[in-house]
Amino acid sequence: MKETAADGTAAGKARKPGYRRLVRSAGRRFAVLYALMFGISTCLLAVSLWYSTIGLVQRQVENAIHSDDLALTALAQPPDGNLAEVAEAIATRVLSPADVGSIYLLVDGAGKRVAGNLDSWPRGLTEMNVWYQLPVSRDGTESVALLRAETLPGGAKLIVGRDVRVRAQLWRVLRNGLIWTGFLMVVLGVVGAIVIRSIFRRMVRDISITSRAIAKGDLSRRLPVGVGEEFDELAVIINDMLDRISRLMDGVRQVSNAIAHDLRTPVTRARTRLEDAALHAGSKEDMQAAIERAIQDLDGIVGVFEALLRIAEIEAGSRRAAFASIDLTQTLWDMDELYRAVAEERGLHLRAIINAPLPVFGDRELVQQAVANLLDNALKFSAPGMTIDLSARLEDGVVQIVVADRGPGIAPADRNRATERFFRAEAARNTAGSGLGLALVSAVAQLHNGTLQLFDNNPGLRAVICLPSRE
Amino acid sequence: MRILVVEDDKDVAGFVVKGLREAGHTVEHADNGRDGLFLAASENFDAIILDRMLPGGIDGLRLMETLRAQDNTTPVLFLSALGQVDDRVKGLKAGGDDYLTKPFAFAELLARVEALTRRGKMDGPMTRLSVGDLEMDLLSRSVRRGEQKIELQPREFRLLEYLMRHAGQVVTRTMLLEGVWDYHFDPQTNVIDVHVSRLRQKIDKPFELPLLHTVRNAGYMLRAEEV
Repeated sequence: MKETAADGTAAGKARKPGYRRLVRSAGRRFAVLYALMFGISTCLLAVSLWYSTIGLVQRQVENAIHSDDLALTALAQPPDGNLAEVAEAIATRVLSPADVGSIYLLVDGAGKRVAGNLDSWPRGLTEMNVWYQLPVSRDGTESVALLRAETLPGGAKLIVGRDVRVRAQLWRVLRNGLIWTGFLMVVLGVVGAIVIRSIFRRMVRDISITSRAIAKGDLSRRLPVGVGEEFDELAVIINDMLDRISRLMDGVRQVSNAIAHDLRTPVTRARTRLEDAALHAGSKEDMQAAIERAIQDLDGIVGVFEALLRIAEIEAGSRRAAFASIDLTQTLWDMDELYRAVAEERGLHLRAIINAPLPVFGDRELVQQAVANLLDNALKFSAPGMTIDLSARLEDGVVQIVVADRGPGIAPADRNRATERFFRAEAARNTAGSGLGLALVSAVAQLHNGTLQLFDNNPGLRAVICLPSRE
Repeated sequence: MRILVVEDDKDVAGFVVKGLREAGHTVEHADNGRDGLFLAASENFDAIILDRMLPGGIDGLRLMETLRAQDNTTPVLFLSALGQVDDRVKGLKAGGDDYLTKPFAFAELLARVEALTRRGKMDGPMTRLSVGDLEMDLLSRSVRRGEQKIELQPREFRLLEYLMRHAGQVVTRTMLLEGVWDYHFDPQTNVIDVHVSRLRQKIDKPFELPLLHTVRNAGYMLRAEEV
């Protein structure tokens, strides 16, 4: 058994040198771990195999000897038992073909051999009732036997045993087999470790090559998915992150373009007015009027910048830190009150259906501004006599705020782009506005992990803000 | 009123100082934080207009914190290019009384500064407000003009209360949005004008002398005499 144990740890011995250097690399660490687990399981397998075969045979032999022993001892028991009967039984058994391999020796009190197939008392057998495995000479042939001696009543001694040459052969075969298996396991363990390490390295290399390409500016690259569950999870997370980065980059690009294009118009207008006044203003009043209108234009530009900054601030997510548990019911009634007067002034009908409670974890001011933007839009695009609906309710854990008008609406093709900064639908070209209102509403909704959806109100626009409700 | 302007930008400072003097105020100016702090701590002012970002090692926030630490309660209006909500909240939390983002209209600045100094004087509990023959009882929440009782909606009452507390001063639309509705953004729609005109219908329409005046390019003012 000792030999097998040594086989099992052979792989362990090979791993010892340079262990520290090995574990510095994650790939090697995994490989070593794999080999270690492989070696341990092999050892366990070998040990259990050894016990279940050799152990079983050994126990069977011991049982057989024991029962033989009991039967013979019983014959020697007084009052009717005597040595001669035992000797006779032994003689019968030695001759019986069923008992080939059985070993007996009976000596009387004086140490003289009475019966049995052993030539002499085996050397080394000194204690009674103890198991011995000794070389013996049996009918002239040398062999190995498992033996047990016992003192019979009257001072005679009896040895009962079994020839275990066959068992020893089995033992040798099994040992050799296990040595070979152990060797194979070491080879397999090392090969497996190398394979695992190279797989690991390949997966990491894919990620690092792609990441490096992305870092160099190729944002269209994505990590491969389908390598393995854990790596897929990582790849999906990284890909999501890249998607977001690329969306932000697009946003920045688009906004810079839009700023360049859309702000040029009001700047040009203000500049023209001022230059015109400087050159042609006939009176002080003309000059004053021109300057005032230029100031208005500039204020409009400032307003655009403020809205842009506001959106950027919201999208950066820093305002989440100020989130609190709020109920929007009163907030929305206040908005209704604020805008109802304006709607009536313009001959519009504002219809509000606000169902309490509307619990949300968020920023009241931002929600106010989002709803105000939607109401501003609705008022802007409604003609006298039309109805504007403001409704809010809690449904399936979502607070839904709807602002619906009966104006021109947004064409289905434009609806997806309507929340982009500076986007202005064809129908809105001739109205005042910066094209930032819905972008801000959308940013507010997203900050609250919610959505802004635009639907056709047949006719008109139906804007729906969905905010997850606070539990 | 004595007003201290701490502002490093020459153009902005010159413009503000000139405007405030034209409005009849005495103005001191400092162009860095250290001088500003020295002036603010050594002399008495009715209000301080303070830029957030200042040269000289002491920025606006530090300056004000130092003042407040010395139990100086002079009203402070922050003037800043840092317009994000966080910046505003930070400025107000540190002890500022109002916050105005650059660029600004001078009318807005003037109205706010005058409102600030007024706020300081109105510390005692008031139960009645009156402008001309318009009277407001804050306890019974009733309004009457002359002999006639005027019925107001709760929001109209608060709007009128705000105007009466700032009687004789220009009140801008933004101030009304913040003070009456607690909204800190500018709606695209002229919501305030509509509400003010509704209030005007109730308090001015049936009477000979108008009290609620529109100040062009600035806002509104409630006063008994003609503007």
